[in-house]
Amino acid sequence: MSDIALEERLAATLARLILDPAAPPARHIAVGAASPIPAAACWLVKLLGHPVKLSLLHKRSGNPFTEGTRELFDLTGQGRIDLFFLGGGQIDGQANLNLVGTGEWPGTGVRFPGSFGSAFMYFMTPRTILFREEHSPRVLVEKVDNISAPGVSPPGVFRRGTAQALVTGKCVFAFHPDRARFSLSSLHPGETVDSVRAATGFDFDAEGEIGATPDPTAAELALLRGQVRAEMVETYPEFCGRVWGRAA
Amino acid sequence: MMLPSADALAALVPDGALVALPPDNSLPSVAIAKALIRRGARDLRLLGVPVSGFATDILIGAGCVAEVETSAVSLGEAGFAPRFSAALRDGRIIVRDATCPAIHSMLQASEKGIPFMALRGIIGSDILANRPDWKVIPNPFAEEGMDPIVLLPAKQPDFAVFHAALADSEGNVWLGRRRECATIAHASKAALVTVERVVEGNFLDDERMASGVISATYITATAIAKRGARPAALLDEYGFDAAYVADYARAAKTEDGFRAWLDREVFATAQKVAAE
Repeated sequence: MSDIALEERLAATLARLILDPAAPPARHIAVGAASPIPAAACWLVKLLGHPVKLSLLHKRSGNPFTEGTRELFDLTGQGRIDLFFLGGGQIDGQANLNLVGTGEWPGTGVRFPGSFGSAFMYFMTPRTILFREEHSPRVLVEKVDNISAPGVSPPGVFRRGTAQALVTGKCVFAFHPDRARFSLSSLHPGETVDSVRAATGFDFDAEGEIGATPDPTAAELALLRGQVRAEMVETYPEFCGRVWGRAA
Repeated sequence: MMLPSADALAALVPDGALVALPPDNSLPSVAIAKALIRRGARDLRLLGVPVSGFATDILIGAGCVAEVETSAVSLGEAGFAPRFSAALRDGRIIVRDATCPAIHSMLQASEKGIPFMALRGIIGSDILANRPDWKVIPNPFAEEGMDPIVLLPAKQPDFAVFHAALADSEGNVWLGRRRECATIAHASKAALVTVERVVEGNFLDDERMASGVISATYITATAIAKRGARPAALLDEYGFDAAYVADYARAAKTEDGFRAWLDREVFATAQKVAAE
């Protein structure tokens, strides 16, 4: 077996979080723009034989929606999308997301693309998995400069769920909405609690012995490099070429 | 009304107009965007439905745009939109950030002719804090009068601008399932549409075509523009031209690079067509 690429490890890690029996069921998952690793994780779950419906927003052939892009938000508004993935140019210790930019509104420092549907999806899906490969103090900050979507909401504000976890290139955090804090769940190879602390701008909990993030299994790797890649290449040609080579 | 070219459609758009555009995955008329640049349009207000892409970036770079209302501006895998970012940094455009379902909802209010729509979420976001035109009220149907909910005003663009595969003899256009273009057309005062080709007959007589049609009721003018969505994809007819967008993203990192790109891809191609 050749070396495990970080992207493969992250996809397998996300797949395990999707299947977490302690979380609300993921019967219908939507994946947004520019999310090749979450998309790979969803395909992996499906191709492992789990009954899950995937709605990939940027898939051109076989796109699931016939009423335009608003259909995703209408479905989510009804509570019919169980899980969504979000990231952010900045993510803070309360799981607030900034997709707008740094500095003053609307991003007078570094402008990010924008909030997309985050200000709605984060409230209306029973769970969200946060994903950001770059794990650095400039991304994982104590307090975001601008809030695209808040991590928690006051009592009385309608909200179906919050972040379940945050997966980065260094580790997995679990999110605890009751205290609006992250705790360290597992460390990717080569990382320690101290190395993660040094790379993280926010304070987080780390109780007891923190385990290693498991390697993808041989079966998972075979699927990722075969059928998952084949499903993804139309939508994410650049990503598939970089991780798995140009031609099969 | 069938016009001879995308440039003839662009001539109908006055400076300062509010123009709704779909993004790169949903049939933008890049042909009309390029024609607006050639016409020297100024002070346009663009609405990204619900986000913005390549066409918005080139219009901003060419100095055609005063304001952008959108939920994001991006070139997809080619990265951030360089001319949008530069114009925002230099204070040359006003940006009104939204979130995708809010833009759909504001257009749906116009479709229905009602003053506002309600939408869940958003509360606690700085998007809301920066949108004085959006209001929060207690849900009037809630038992205890609590349950705050956001109200969004109806948004009526002056023009819907997009690309479709086909037009028919009656002026109907067909674009399949990309119904956000129908929402834009329904909500706007006028719709300008480029198409790949015009066919004889009436799509509304064909049950298999009818559900993918936008009726001529909503279409102000159309023109043929071959590959008019390019570099964006057109349904199953042609794919996204990632190399073209990556080349643009490299060129448009600098003002000089962008100007050279415009000369080559927007102004020179028109001269070449005119000479043929």
